[in-house]
Amino acid sequence: MSTATTLLIIICLGVIGYVAGRIRAGQLVQGAYSALHSRPGYYGAFVLVWTILPSAIVLAIWLAVSPAIINNQVFHSLPQSIQDMSAADRSLELSKINAIAGGLSDLTDEDRQKLESGSITMREALADKGVAIAGEVDEYMPAAAEVYNGLSSASALYRTILVLLVAVAGFVYAYYMISPKMRARNKVERVILGILIVASSIAILTTVGIVWSMLSETGRFFASVPPHEFFFGTVWDPRFAAAGAEDSAGQFGLIPLLAGTLYIAFVAMAVAVPIGLFAAIYMAEYASNHLRAIVKPLLEVLAGIPTIVYGFFALVTVGPFLRDLSTQISGIVTGNAFAFIQAQSVLTAGFVMGIMLIPFVSSLSDDIITAVPRAMRDGSLGLGATRSETVKRVIFPAALPGIVGALLLTASRAIGETMIVVLAAGVAARLTINPFEPMTTVTVKIVNQLTGDLEFTSPQTLVAFALGITLFFITLILNFYALYIVRKYREQYE
Amino acid sequence: MTDTTASAAPGAVESPFKRDIGIKRRYASEKRFQAYGLIAIFLGLIFLLLLLWSVVSKGYTAFEQTSINLPITFSQDIIDPKGDRSDTALLMANYPKLATDAIVKVLGINPDDKTAVREAGQMISASSRTQLRDMVLSDPDIIGKTVSVWVLATDKVDTALKGQVDLSVDESRRKISDQQVQWMREMKADGAMKMRFNTGLFTNGASSRAESAGVGVAIIGSLYMMLIVLVLALPIGVAASIYLEEFAPKNRWADIIEVNINNLAAVPSIVFGLLGLAVFINFAGLPRSASLVGGLVLTLMTLPTIIIATRAALKAVPPSIRAAALGLGASKTQMVFHHVLPLAAPGILTGTIIGLAQALGETAPLLLIGMVAFVVGYPASPLDPATALPVQIYMWANEAERAFVERTSGAIIILLAFLAVMNITAIILRRRFERRW
Repeated sequence: MSTATTLLIIICLGVIGYVAGRIRAGQLVQGAYSALHSRPGYYGAFVLVWTILPSAIVLAIWLAVSPAIINNQVFHSLPQSIQDMSAADRSLELSKINAIAGGLSDLTDEDRQKLESGSITMREALADKGVAIAGEVDEYMPAAAEVYNGLSSASALYRTILVLLVAVAGFVYAYYMISPKMRARNKVERVILGILIVASSIAILTTVGIVWSMLSETGRFFASVPPHEFFFGTVWDPRFAAAGAEDSAGQFGLIPLLAGTLYIAFVAMAVAVPIGLFAAIYMAEYASNHLRAIVKPLLEVLAGIPTIVYGFFALVTVGPFLRDLSTQISGIVTGNAFAFIQAQSVLTAGFVMGIMLIPFVSSLSDDIITAVPRAMRDGSLGLGATRSETVKRVIFPAALPGIVGALLLTASRAIGETMIVVLAAGVAARLTINPFEPMTTVTVKIVNQLTGDLEFTSPQTLVAFALGITLFFITLILNFYALYIVRKYREQYE
Repeated sequence: MTDTTASAAPGAVESPFKRDIGIKRRYASEKRFQAYGLIAIFLGLIFLLLLLWSVVSKGYTAFEQTSINLPITFSQDIIDPKGDRSDTALLMANYPKLATDAIVKVLGINPDDKTAVREAGQMISASSRTQLRDMVLSDPDIIGKTVSVWVLATDKVDTALKGQVDLSVDESRRKISDQQVQWMREMKADGAMKMRFNTGLFTNGASSRAESAGVGVAIIGSLYMMLIVLVLALPIGVAASIYLEEFAPKNRWADIIEVNINNLAAVPSIVFGLLGLAVFINFAGLPRSASLVGGLVLTLMTLPTIIIATRAALKAVPPSIRAAALGLGASKTQMVFHHVLPLAAPGILTGTIIGLAQALGETAPLLLIGMVAFVVGYPASPLDPATALPVQIYMWANEAERAFVERTSGAIIILLAFLAVMNITAIILRRRFERRW
């Protein structure tokens, strides 16, 4: 029986348990519900929990553990020559056996007869069923696949029996536990609390998962490329080697990517900060409620547009526009029409990213400016300062720490932004200070290294995880610091 | 004393009023400052307008596609010369020839003029092969009859008819020949060629030919992912927020979770893609390109958004409601689930929709888990390979053909329409159900 059916049966049992428990509670007190400790629904829920929870846990454990055990068994049934292979080759052989086993169960009797008579090979028979086997099918493989299939179906059978037994046992136990004095509500509520705690720890698990997965893959990367070559190397040339080629040593220098990332983020901030900040000040200090009600949501639309749309905008509109503009300008100035701004460039990517960041800067700073106490504003205006002087000399200094925090948050977003730079910044990793030329970023290279068919053993793909963890820590530090500043600043006025 | 007053008198009359405190300069700077603010807002709005205009002006034509009405004779000699109606014969038949013959007849070309016949045939999209084949397969009796069929024109004809190609340049520098342009105008004039609403854009899967490429598979993939995000992120997010807001003791652990969630909300999305690749695909062995994996990754990404929104909604429920419930003898769990949660529901819903809208537009993590795939058929389950709407946009944006720019913009318009609907729903929900205590 498949996992889904088993799960469905358990759930049905649980629902039946709910109804049964409820009815039993009522019968025990002959309908005088006030004699029960808890409301009847809680007795029902008590049976439901006992039916579903233990059996679901058993099912989950079985599903997690059994593949490893089965693979181990199959592996021990293999010839000694295979067992002595290196770990990578072994896993390759095992995955082939898995594929064959998947295809074998699809074969019809007719196919099997043909196989036995030798009129078709195993590979052809499987290819006919849509299972492509890489490489040759060795002698021992069909046998091993049969072992695998036998073990899996046995495992599925035992799993179903065990899980259903546990469910029924839980049902019966809980059903007979019910008594008028039993504190069903407290027990059910404890389970609910447990579920809530598990849910809230998923956020922690995600962080742990990010750090753990990336650290382990990065560790594998650093086994083939020394860390100092990665962190201080100035040449990025991963050299995708053809499959099977041994000399796939590329150069993985982080510096050009990091420089590109920071340069583009800098250009973006140079666009977003003045516009966003002035817009925020105007909206907080000058704008009428009417104007504010229209403009603020409109600016926030910019934040709701997916970044891929900005990327496309940069690719087909801004890039060509800047290129043609530069041709015109150089034509007028030097008489020699030459596009000194390339369509994919630091400027294009940075400018468009800046547009994307405007609403982040403006809405974050707007919150912070309006949080400055009224009294400071009134005091300054009362002493005869104009509004702009109040903003410049009183409000802005008071809001500065918060604004710095907001800008750091924005900067971390600029550094982690992917789609705009993938489409508009170019792929050439080089060190240049000319903003009119393409540069590449950490995020672009992560995408480049990991799209397409890949194997997870070469440094060419593993480097993406090293880049990812670098990115993660840079943004983490920025965020931590920014949140710290914002928090500290808020406490001052609250 | 008097002397000094007397001598100072003429000055004293004027000085309090004429003392230069730079009022003009200060007012001018005030004006300037205000102007900067206005300019900044204006620039922001201009950029928004430019962005939308650039997409819409390039994309609105994608919703119409040039089609040619051809009286196609399903000739027995071409489709099934042996007359046995076998599947192989019907599948492998030379269907493009049917279309070519028909267009040759419509244009009145001499069938022996090989160049002219070839050029005319090139005006018809290669997708006509599957279109005609499906017609024959679903109804073999059609063989021998003549039926009027709308077939797609190639993207070259389509872009030319839409005026996106400069037809004044020399013939050798564009993809459509003068002869084809002339035929196009003839057919357009007598109604055999028309712009029709482009249903293929919404229903077709991936195609290397612009005229028959659509976002159907991508929409289904995105739909699966949104469902998974909704089913997983909403209960988990709400459960987590209830614990943190109502039950968690104010200790170090709760602080750690709090900081953690705030940080997760600001982690670059591509990092979640790496997590999905390492954990869901390499470690758990789930299939690449499947919408299940995409949905899981987006769930993890959306969780912080939903948690933050839900906590805000729970905080907004006044303490008096909690006190009243507890005072009447409800347990803490009953108080939360019977009273606080229903009151916070509109806020939670709004936050969830906004989180879903974010997830719908997310591209980068999906690239890493292999959703950049050429998927022609509809995915039957979330375990089948699929693409997502933003990923389809990314793939089309990388195509060199002119006709794909229009497609890409069209797909962006569809994506933005989805997002607009979701966000407007959220706003309406907030307006309608928001309560102030």
